[in-house]
Amino acid sequence: MHPAPSLIVFTTLSGLGFGLMVWLGLGVPPAAGWAAFAWCAIAIGCAAIGLLASTLHLGNPQRAWRALSQWRSSWLSREGVLAIATLLVFGLHALLWIFFGQRLAALGIVAAVLALATVVATAMIYAQLRTVPRWHMPETPVLFVLYALAGGALVAGQALAGLVLLVLLGGLQVLAWRRGASAYARSGSSMETATGLTRHGRVRLLEAPHTAPNYLMTEMVFVVGRRRAAALRRIGLALGVVVPAIVCLVALIVSLPPFLLALAALCHLAGVAAMRWLFYAEAEHLVGLYYGRRPADRTAA
Amino acid sequence: MTSLPPPSDKKLGLVIDLDTCVGCHACVVSCKSWNSPGYGAPLADLDAYGEAPSGSFLNRIHTFEAKQEGRPAQVVHFPKSCLHCEDAPCVTVCPTGASYKRQADGIVLVNEDWCIGCGLCAWACPYGAREMDRAAGVMKKCTLCVDRIYNDNLPEVDREPACVRTCPAGARHFGDLGDPDSAVSRLVAERGGIDLMPEQGTKPVNKYLPPRPKRDIDDAEPVDLVALAEPEAKGFLGWLDRALERL
Repeated sequence: MHPAPSLIVFTTLSGLGFGLMVWLGLGVPPAAGWAAFAWCAIAIGCAAIGLLASTLHLGNPQRAWRALSQWRSSWLSREGVLAIATLLVFGLHALLWIFFGQRLAALGIVAAVLALATVVATAMIYAQLRTVPRWHMPETPVLFVLYALAGGALVAGQALAGLVLLVLLGGLQVLAWRRGASAYARSGSSMETATGLTRHGRVRLLEAPHTAPNYLMTEMVFVVGRRRAAALRRIGLALGVVVPAIVCLVALIVSLPPFLLALAALCHLAGVAAMRWLFYAEAEHLVGLYYGRRPADRTAA
Repeated sequence: MTSLPPPSDKKLGLVIDLDTCVGCHACVVSCKSWNSPGYGAPLADLDAYGEAPSGSFLNRIHTFEAKQEGRPAQVVHFPKSCLHCEDAPCVTVCPTGASYKRQADGIVLVNEDWCIGCGLCAWACPYGAREMDRAAGVMKKCTLCVDRIYNDNLPEVDREPACVRTCPAGARHFGDLGDPDSAVSRLVAERGGIDLMPEQGTKPVNKYLPPRPKRDIDDAEPVDLVALAEPEAKGFLGWLDRALERL
């Protein structure tokens, strides 16, 4: 799939923002006044920038409000509704907390639950697609939640929670990469089933329907950079998981200045962005079969 | 509403004969020419006279080759457009309600005034039947020529999809696949019509008739082409021919 920068910014930043809202809503860390303002501003700012970025990939963004109507059937619609509800509830919670010194636990918990649900809805937009086997796995929503919570914990300065979540995240991400490699084969689709020529032998594309790439090819048959996948995985894992986890571990043993955890959070964000790029770039869409892209079974890799 | 309607009795769709299609792309041209000034935004072409022309089409012809071990390769021209699936995944993912399936006849359409151009429906379709129009920013797809098939202003013979009407090989058939006695349903039954990617659970309405098995050139007795080209000698030449034969 084409790794659209707007979608990478959207999922990375809004994930972090909503993840932070979960922690802040649950009363972590204890803070007041300017510190509370700073944390709320980061959470709301990240979520809002992310959501605005997501409208950049729309063909007709002026009608984006219509996307709030189909929450009964569409995960994308649910995501929009939940994101707005979360921002409203968390915004109210933040106002009362910052300006009136009232950190209402019940309202905070509602905001935290909504924030978590938003992240799940974002992940389900991808996980629901049978057409992209690498996304259509139960690991996808769990990973999105872990990314959000781990990033939020780092920004909230929670070394212990951050460490535990990062270890879980790293482990599950490696597992998901491994299972993702054979997801296409498990989907059962091939050039033969796509053309209905299963009984006619092995199928290959003789002539493409058009000479220059069309929307389907640039959007869904994206292959650039897949050969750099292994290197990017290592970079993403190092920046996103290993380095921040080590900082958390050290912070648990000796007292570190707070800005080091903030730096670890930035490092984590860079790593997540790299891994999110891969999340799109590595995902093969079934429509590639009509263009002769028969994915090699990379189970062994 | 992007929830799918209960299954309709009437299932309008196409039956495409892979044995007959010659890959001339006439249906592609006819489709584009009917649908550009017709339903919704025109099908835009970008860089039409440049190095890398691209544009939105509702119908594309791929050409495949199928090869069995020890058998001759078989070339299959493969027209592909929206299959108007009964369990259309493109409909349920739509956040705005722009993408919908009609209850009356099962046609899957896009309300372009509501479409925000997010592209999720194209992601959800395993067949690549939807293309974003880069100029209008809305999703385009086959309408089964809904503005022809019910159009009383057209002569009755023209009230079928433009691709079917134009196909010079008679490889495309239009009808009600929900009616087991319709001509298209009988054709599907006779020829063993198949679904594309049945494992994706989309239950396509459009069916494809598989190519008939080809005879291997080695299976048949060699034909003496030279003998076939020999002119039959008649009259004086014939008498001379027979006379010389006797010598």
